[in-house]
Formats: sequence, C-alpha cells, structure tokens
Amino acid sequence: MKQIKGINDFMVKFANVNGTGSASANHLFAKAIFRMGIPVSPRNIFPSNIQGLPTWYEVRVSSKGYLGRRGGVDMMVCVNPQSMEKDVASVAPGGYFLFDNTKPLAQNLKRDDITYFGVPLTEMCMREYDNPRLQQLLKNVVYVGAMAALLDIKFSILKDLLSDQFKGKEKLISSNVHALEMGYQYATETFNCPLPIKLQIGGNVAPHILESEHILMNGNTAAALGAIYGGATVAAWYPITPSTSVVDAFAKYAERMRIDPGSGKKNFAIVQAEDELAAMGMVVGAGWNGARAFTATSGPGLSLMSEFLGLAYFAEVPVVLIDVQRSGPSTGMPTRSQQSDILAAAYASHGDTKQVLLFPATPRECFDMTVQAFDLAEQLQTPVIMMSDLDLGMNDWMSPPLEWDDNYQMDRGKVLDADGLDSAEKWGRYLDVDGDGICYRTLPGAHPEKGAYFTRGSSKNEMAVYSESGDDYVQNVDRLLRKFETAKDYVPAPKTHPPIEVKKTKTKLKLAALFFGTSASPAYEAVEILADRGYPINTMRIRAFPFHENLDRFIDDHDLVFVIEQNRDGQMRQLIMNECQIAPVKLTSVLNYSGTPITARAIVRQILESLDTKSADIVSLHPETA
Amino acid sequence: MSYIKPKFRHPNLPTNALGFTVADYDGAISTLCAGCGHDSISAAIQNACFLSAIPPHRIAKLSGIGCSSKMPTYFLGKSHGFNSVHGRMPSVATGASLANRELTYIGVSGDGDTASIGMGQFVHLIRRNVNMAYIVANNGCYGLTKGQDSATADLGSVSKYGSTNPFDGIDLASLALLQGAGFVGRSFSGDKEQLEPLIRAAMAHKGFAFIDVVSPCVTFNNHLGSTKSYTETREHLDSMPLDFVPMREEISTHYDAGTTQGVTLHDGSVIHLHKASSDYQTDDRNAAMISVQNAKDEGRILTGLLYLDPNSQNLDQNLKLATKPLNEMGKDELCPGSRVLNSINEGLR
Ligand SMILES: Cc1ncc(C[n+]2csc(CCOP(=O)(O)OP(=O)(O)O)c2C)c(N)n1
Ligand code: SF4
Ligand SMILES: [Mg+2]
Repeated sequence: MKQIKGINDFMVKFANVNGTGSASANHLFAKAIFRMGIPVSPRNIFPSNIQGLPTWYEVRVSSKGYLGRRGGVDMMVCVNPQSMEKDVASVAPGGYFLFDNTKPLAQNLKRDDITYFGVPLTEMCMREYDNPRLQQLLKNVVYVGAMAALLDIKFSILKDLLSDQFKGKEKLISSNVHALEMGYQYATETFNCPLPIKLQIGGNVAPHILESEHILMNGNTAAALGAIYGGATVAAWYPITPSTSVVDAFAKYAERMRIDPGSGKKNFAIVQAEDELAAMGMVVGAGWNGARAFTATSGPGLSLMSEFLGLAYFAEVPVVLIDVQRSGPSTGMPTRSQQSDILAAAYASHGDTKQVLLFPATPRECFDMTVQAFDLAEQLQTPVIMMSDLDLGMNDWMSPPLEWDDNYQMDRGKVLDADGLDSAEKWGRYLDVDGDGICYRTLPGAHPEKGAYFTRGSSKNEMAVYSESGDDYVQNVDRLLRKFETAKDYVPAPKTHPPIEVKKTKTKLKLAALFFGTSASPAYEAVEILADRGYPINTMRIRAFPFHENLDRFIDDHDLVFVIEQNRDGQMRQLIMNECQIAPVKLTSVLNYSGTPITARAIVRQILESLDTKSADIVSLHPETA
Repeated sequence: MSYIKPKFRHPNLPTNALGFTVADYDGAISTLCAGCGHDSISAAIQNACFLSAIPPHRIAKLSGIGCSSKMPTYFLGKSHGFNSVHGRMPSVATGASLANRELTYIGVSGDGDTASIGMGQFVHLIRRNVNMAYIVANNGCYGLTKGQDSATADLGSVSKYGSTNPFDGIDLASLALLQGAGFVGRSFSGDKEQLEPLIRAAMAHKGFAFIDVVSPCVTFNNHLGSTKSYTETREHLDSMPLDFVPMREEISTHYDAGTTQGVTLHDGSVIHLHKASSDYQTDDRNAAMISVQNAKDEGRILTGLLYLDPNSQNLDQNLKLATKPLNEMGKDELCPGSRVLNSINEGLR
C-alpha cells in the first residue's frame, strides 16, 4: 500500500460525539501545531444540538499557509461509533485511521488501502480514572497524546498549553498531562512513529509565515474587541448561533475593561432583548441618542430586523449590525456556514433602501472593520452591516496580530452641539449643506432653543417638518442616494493582487476572479493552482458595498470574471450586475452552498469546467481574443 | 448637558420656575380630528411639563405609529421626538434611555400600538423597568387605519360598522400591575384635573410609569354602543382626584388630612390622592388588581393612581450603569489602548 506522505501538509479529521468535551482536546491539538509555527486551520463542524449527535473537527496543516478548507481526509481520528462507517469511507486511499479498539473493529469497517491504529481509549481511561466524567473527558486527551507521537508534535508545547488552560488548577493539569503521556507512550510503544505525514518546525513552512507574529483567534472575538475599541457602549441582542459569541466576548471584555475605576459602575450596557426586533429597536434608540450601539445576529434575526433597518436608513440613524451568516431558514442548517444574506442585507427593508455592507476575510479584519463600522455609521448616519459568517466567526484562524493606533479618534460625524448650533447660520436636519448628501444632526438635550426636531421615516421636508409632498419625498430619497455615492469614498477599497506569472498560458482570455469574506482564502489558493496549470487569473477581493469604482474597471478589463461565493443564487454576482450595469454573461458564478466552507479544489474544478464550456460565448463577444 | 438662561417674559403671562410660559411647551398645530381625545392628552402633557418646570429640551418624546403616536408633534416643539415603527417604541425608548440617562423620556402610544403589535415589547419594557413615562391613548380602536376593533375593545362593545366585539378586552393597567410596574395609573382624556398631576407624578417617578388614558375616537368609536365613547366613559368613571407637588415646591398641603393621602416619590415630590369613598391604598399591588377588577365587574372604570412603588429598581440601577451618560463618554473612558491589545495578542499566540 502506498501511504500518504507529507511534511506540514495534510488534513486530519476528528469524529466525535457532541457534548463529550472533544472540542477543547481538538483545539489543544490544533493550537500545539500553531505554536510550532506551522500554519494550521481548524474547523468545527457541529450539529444544532447540545449533546449526543455526531460532530467533526477538521485540522488542515499547510506549509504554504493556505487556510481555506481543503476537503479530503488524510487521517481520521474516530471516537464516534455512530458515524464510523461513513468516517472510514471518507479517508483517502493511503490514509490513516485511529480508533478506539476497546471493542474490536467490525469486519465491514476494514479497508485494505488505509492504515489502522487501534488505541484502547475507553479501556485505558476506565482503568486509570474512577470518576465517570473524567473517564469521558480524558479519553479525548489520550488520543491527542497518541497523535502527538504519530505526527511528531512537540510534547512540551502540549504540556505548556495545558498549564495555560488550567492555570491555578494543579490537579486538572496533572490529570490532563497524565492522559497525554498515556496516549503518547502507548503510540510510541505500539506503532511505528512518526508517520509519513508529520510536522516539522521550520521545515518547508513559507518564509512569510515564519517571519510573522501570527495569532490564532476567531472572528467573533475579534469583532467584539472591535466593538470595545470602537467605543460601543450599548449592545442589544437576542441569542442566535453563530453570532452569540460576539456579544458573549463583548461582555467578557467589557467587564474587564469598561468598569469606571472610581465608582465600579459600568461604562457600557448590554441588554438581552426579547427578540431581534427589540434588539434592533434598542440599537436605533441608542444611536439616535448619540451612543455607539450595535447588535449581532444571523439570518433569521436579520429578517426580523429588516423593518427597523429601513427606518434607520430613512431616519438616518447610525446603527452597527454584525451579521454572522449561516444557512437559512430558522429550521435550516443553523450551524452550517454560508454567505447567503448578501441581498437581504444590501437591500434590507421595504421601500428604496440600500445598506452599507463590510466584508471581513480574517479576524484581523473583523476587528478593524468593526471599529470602522462605528465611524462609518456616524459619518454616514446610516446602518452599517458587517457580513461575517460562521466559518470566520466561530473557527480559529491564523491571523496577523490586532493592531491599535493610540492616536485613533472616534469620528462622530456631522453632529452639531450647542456651540455648533449657535454658530450655524441656518440649520435644518435634512439640509444638504455640503452637497455630499450627509446633513448635520443634533442630539436630544443639546441646546435649550435650537436643534430640536421630530425624527420620522420619510414624510418630511428638509427642515424636518412633516410633509407628504411628492417633491419633498423625491428630494429626500435622491439625497439619500447621493449619500450612498459619497459612501464609496469612505468604505474600505477592494484589494487586488498582482497576477501570478504563468509560463505557458493555456488561454487567450483575460480571466479574473472576484470574491469576499471566507471565500478569499480558498480563492487565492485556487488561483495559485490554476496558475500552475496555465491559467493566469487576476483577483479582486471586495471589501464593501457600495462598490468602489475600481470594481467596474476591473470587470471591464477582463473577458471573463468568476464570482466566487457561498450561496445558491450567486447573490454577489446579482448585486454587481444590478449596481454596476454589467452584462450577465461576463460574470460566471463559482459556488458552494452545502453548508461546509468552499474549498480550493471545488473552485479549481468549477473554473476549469466553465472554461471548457464558456469560451465559445466569450469568443463571440470579444472577437479580437479568438 | 446645557443650562437654561433666564428669560424676560411679559409680566402678565404666568411663568414657571424656569421663567417659561406654557407657550414655551407648545408643539405644532394638531392635525387630528376636531374633538379627538388625544388632543386633550397632548394639552395635559404640555401643561404637566410646564407646571413641573422641566426644561423642554431635556425631554425626549417617543412614539410608535397611529393617530395617538402622532401626538408628540403637537406638544413640546423644543424637545426632540422620534416617531418610530408600529409597536416598537418600547425598544427605541429603552435604547435611548441607556444612551443618556439624564433626560426625561415620555412615550406615547395607542391601544393598537401597545396591546396588539407591541404587546411583546410593552411587557418587556415593564419587566426591565425603563425610566420613562408611558402613556397609552386608549380609544378601543385603530383610529389611523379607520376604526377596526383593537385588542382593548370591551366585550360587547359595538363598532361603528355595527358589529359587536365577541372578545374580552385586554386591560393594560391590570397587565402592568401583574407584570410588576412600579407606577400604574389610569385616567380619562377629558379629566384634566386628574390627568395632569398623574402625568407629573409619572415623569417624576424614577422608573417605568404607566398611564392608561381612555381617549375617545370621535370619528370611529364615539357612538351609541361603544364602551369608550365620551358619554359612556363619563358615566362609568370611578375617579380619584389627584394633586401633585414637585420636590422644588414647599410641601404644604391644603387638603383636609382626613380626605387626602400623600405619597412621596423618589425625587422628593409628593402626590396627593383625594380619597373619595374607598380606603384606597396605593402601595398594595394585589389590592389594586382586585379593585380594578371589581370596578370592571360593576361596569365601571377605576381611575387615578392605582399603584406606586417609589423605590423600585430601574434598568439603569440594575445594569449598574455609570452616572455619566454613555453618549457623553469619549476615547478615554471607552478605548483600552494599544498596550492592552498587545497583551491580548500575546494570549492568542
Ligand atoms: C407594521 C405595521 N403594520 C400596520 C401598520 C398600519 N397601522 C398604522 S396605525 C395602526 C393602528 C394604530 O392603532 P392605535 O395604536 O390604537 O392608534 P390610534 O390611531 O387608535 O390612536 C396600524 C395598524 C403599520 N404602520 N405598520
Ligand atoms: S380617527 Fe379617531 S383617533 Fe384618529 S384623530 Fe380622528 S378621532 Fe382621533
Ligand atoms: Mg387606538
């Protein structure tokens, strides 16, 4: 049998039962690899359930630093009898399978093209520990110990991580280390360690990664820190996976960093609302009254917030919403990742509305963009929606460290205080004095005589007086559109990368790819693979809506543009077609909407397929390239 | 916050402690139907604010959607207002009050806005004890959408279109009592003597203060057979007159001690209940619920201050909110800086 080989390049998958404490053991495994300085991307693939259903944890190790999901399994660690048949079948030929052999493996689970490692996890733990909870929990740590021997993980790093994790709880540290050692020793004595797939510090790891000081963190925690640093004071929310941990983390940091030293009171307020309508209502109320306020939700919550998002758009109230996308609807696959709220968010609410969207691709960007979202919301006096997703929000990503410029000043936008009102020649809430569509707002309580106005939806004139006149309405919504144009200069510009040099080009078409958020990592990886195969593809990563002018030009400059995203309907493609007057034929969707993150392999396959079938159309559109 | 400068006024116009006349609390001209009960409530709010000498700009007016929710346009033109979305004013008010705990918040809603589409938010607003006065202009119908029955329409009440309501009405005052509101009152839009002091007390109360005001809709619910018409309401009112003495005034009551009962509010103001016949105790929630129910069984509407707990813990207190308004905090209070962030990075390596 030819075994799979690879130094710092492989995929390990853990098959566990939900609620058995496997997640923290698997995290320990991934974090140890990260501490060895080797690029790693762990992914929790979990059911919408608290206990008892199958759950998986994928760990991709990539010397080049590819962080997207790879697909395929080189080694499976299976401690869930429920899913074992499927798990055995999913291992690539030449791969490895570690299992609990306390009970012998059923005949039908035996393959002759993979290598089995039986470790009597249950038996060992029954023998060593008498507390049933420990017996279950430490089983996970035993297999991490065995994996450390098989893959050559530095043992001292694992021990350090356990000491960090259980700081101050010496008994827990020693029982965990004991379990680790038991697994390690068993594997060393029983198997031929290490395997042909293994880790090596330094080794072939890409130099740009060796030189950097990466951190390992999830996007939701980063967004929460962004809210702290961005000066958010009011958070109103309703629990929903995968956004819950944004507010959980905000609460945790706020309790540490936002307590008034003199009084011990809180420089923040968090309200768990009765539903998402109320959560958004509270954010609107706080934003209207001059506090930086935000909420976090996912698809179903976005739907419920839609009416308020419309009001905030027309009433021009700053609002920050962090949408951690998942598969819809409520009873859909709530713990699976997608990028499928694009259109619902971009045009959220009835009437003519367009919302400002941000698309972070890394935890670092989740942090930066959340901070920026608070500035944008106040500068533009409108909702700003940060479009994260489950994959980015809940999984740990290797990311450049978070950075903070102590000279940062919150930009509260055009707000007139008492002095400002006194020195203003003429003030009307909706007078476009500067011609950029952004008017001057005032806050309740600011001035005894001036600046009070009645906030309402759209029935008003420039002086904020009630009006149902068609002319006033048109003037107002046209100004809002002007404001949306202005927003193009405020939001983060797209990122382009210099094309990869291709020696022998197999196509005469000028190809490009557009993508955003978590589609970016696998897209960059796919572009490198395709360059190797003779297809040079220029890339642009979209970071915000409204789209930057560069986007039109970029599309214009190419014959065929792939739009890579994670939903069924090519929502970003539709949004681009709609907003940029692009002929549909020019934009080809590359999609994955199965609930698991898109892979480079899927992108490569779809692009090659479409190049086979699409070139004829393109030739007819661009005769000069034939 | 900013302060009011003393003003010179025509000596003939009565002024309040701030030197304002009642005209300083004017709003825009009402566009409601002539005779609409809501206009009397607007006038009562305006007068209450004048009498209590609250600086107009330190008041924020919030409402949902409906004829009743239009009311804030018609009083306190120097105050900021927010006509939000149907049934969702409670959440907007909650957020606003968290952002700046120093303003006085007046919420105005209708029976449709509160008892149907907004029921969920209303109940949670009470539960959180947000520091605001919440006034429902209760006409038993949807005025703005042309007279459909609302959820507070009484069983057996006849609509303008002739149908008889087969459902029992939701009694918002009972609901507020049950849900633990610290201040519950009921009044009638036509009873200025009672309504004004009630509103003043509600604004002085340091927590959620609810007033259900029966407010006839002259256009859709003021005919024979309607239980919320002017005549019906006047005839069935079981009214307890009130008086309100704000903290700033010397508390010297001119009421006969035998017939009045003074209740001191958290800010030191005193509300005087003129007891008619009953031995009404405003500090007994259970008794209040029974009295309201008994009156209802007799076909009467019990009005006045139904219940008061001057010491209830409001949302700001429960959240241990800093004294300085959140909307006035800047970078120094809010942003932990690069050193802290670097140590967070360290922990993620
Ligand atoms: C979401 C939503 N649904 C329906 C409406 C239409 N609507 C406007 S006012 C109203 C009823 C208002 O009744 P009430 O609160 O009792 O106020 P009133 O007009 O009687 O004072 C309705 C249903 C709306 N504005 N928004
Ligand atoms: S319809 Fe009824 S509630 Fe509305 S303004 Fe007219 S009288 Fe008042
Ligand atoms: Mg009504």
